Amino acid sequence: MSDATANAPIALRPRPDPNHLGHTGNREGSRAPGRGTGGPAPKRIVVGYGFWVFILSDIIMFAALFAAYAVLRGGTADGPSGRDIFDLDTVAIETGCLLLSSFVCGLATLALSARRALLFQAAMAGTFLLGAGFLALEMREFAGLLARGDGPDRSAFLSSFFTLVGCHGLHVAAGLLWLLTMMAQVLTKGFRADILRRTMCFALFWHALDIIWVAVFTIVYLMGVL
Amino acid sequence: MSDTVSQDEGGDQRRHADTAPGDEFGQEDIGAGLRGYSIGLGLAALLTVASFVVLRTQLVWAPAIPLALIVFAIAQMGVHLVFFLHITTGPDNTNNVMALAFGVLIVVLVVGGSVWIMGNMNRNMMPMGPTAPMESGMPGH
Repeated sequence: MSDATANAPIALRPRPDPNHLGHTGNREGSRAPGRGTGGPAPKRIVVGYGFWVFILSDIIMFAALFAAYAVLRGGTADGPSGRDIFDLDTVAIETGCLLLSSFVCGLATLALSARRALLFQAAMAGTFLLGAGFLALEMREFAGLLARGDGPDRSAFLSSFFTLVGCHGLHVAAGLLWLLTMMAQVLTKGFRADILRRTMCFALFWHALDIIWVAVFTIVYLMGVL
Repeated sequence: MSDTVSQDEGGDQRRHADTAPGDEFGQEDIGAGLRGYSIGLGLAALLTVASFVVLRTQLVWAPAIPLALIVFAIAQMGVHLVFFLHITTGPDNTNNVMALAFGVLIVVLVVGGSVWIMGNMNRNMMPMGPTAPMESGMPGH
C-alpha cells in the first residue's frame, strides 16, 4: 500500500474485499459501479433497474388478484364454475401467441442491439400481431361469457376471474400501444440512447406479461377445469 | 468517468459493469443472442405442452396433477427469467436478483397468507346461508 493511500482518510480508502464477494475470480478488482467504487452506474443500468423494480411491484399487485381469485374461486353462487366455461383449446392458442410474441420481442431487442432497423421493425410488427391475436381471443372469450349472462356480476368467482384476467388483458393492450410508440420513435428518432432505453424497458414489460400469463393459464384455466 | 460514458455504447467494457435485466450488452452479433432466446422458447414450449398433456391424460396420478402443474409453471417462469430477462447468478446481476427475491417474498406472503387465513376461516366459522341475517352471525349453539 502506498503512502498516499495509507494516509488518506478512511472513507476515501479503497474498501478491501478479501473474499472477493461478487467478483468471480476477478483479482484485479471489478469496475462494476454501484458498490461505492467506480463512480455512478450508467443511466441505462439505472433506468433498467428502476423499471425492473416497477415490474416487480406490478407482479405484487397481480399476486393480490391471484390471492383474491384463489379465495373466491369456490363462490360460484350456483352459477357456472371454471369447468363449465373454460375452453382449453382457446387457452392453448392464447398461450402459444403470447409465448411466440415474447420470443419475437427478444429478436427485436437483438436487432436493436445490432442496429438493424428493418429487422427491428419487422420483429416488432410480428410481436404486435401475435399480441393482438392474443387480445382478440381473450375478448372473444369475454364477449361470449357476457352474452350468456355470465358476466362479472354473476358470482364472486366470475368477479375475481374477470378482474384477474381482465387486468392482464389491459396490460397487454397498454403494451401494444407502447410497442407502436417504440416502432414510431425508432423510425423517426433513430438509435438514440434514450430511445434504446425505452425499448429495453418495453421488452422487459412484454416478457414480464408472459411470465404473469404462465401463472394465469396454470392457476386459473388448467387448475380451474380439474 | 470516461469509461462510464463509453459503457452506454456497449462493447467489451460491459464485462465488468452491472447489467440491467433484459439488457443485451450492446452486442453486434445477433446469432449468439438468438441461441439463448431459441433455447428459452424451446424449453418454455416444452413445459407448456407438458402442462396441457398432464391435464388431459392419465400420465400423472390424478391427485398429484395440481402439484405437477405448479411445478411446471414455476419451472417455466424460471426459464423466462433466465433466457428472456437475462437474470443470472453473476456478480453483475446481484442487484436484480436481490430485488427479485424481495418481490418473490412479498408474493409468497400475499398469496400464501390469504389462502391460509381464508381457508382457516372457511373451516372454523359457522356456515352462513344466503338467507341468514347478518345480526345472527354470532356463533350460536
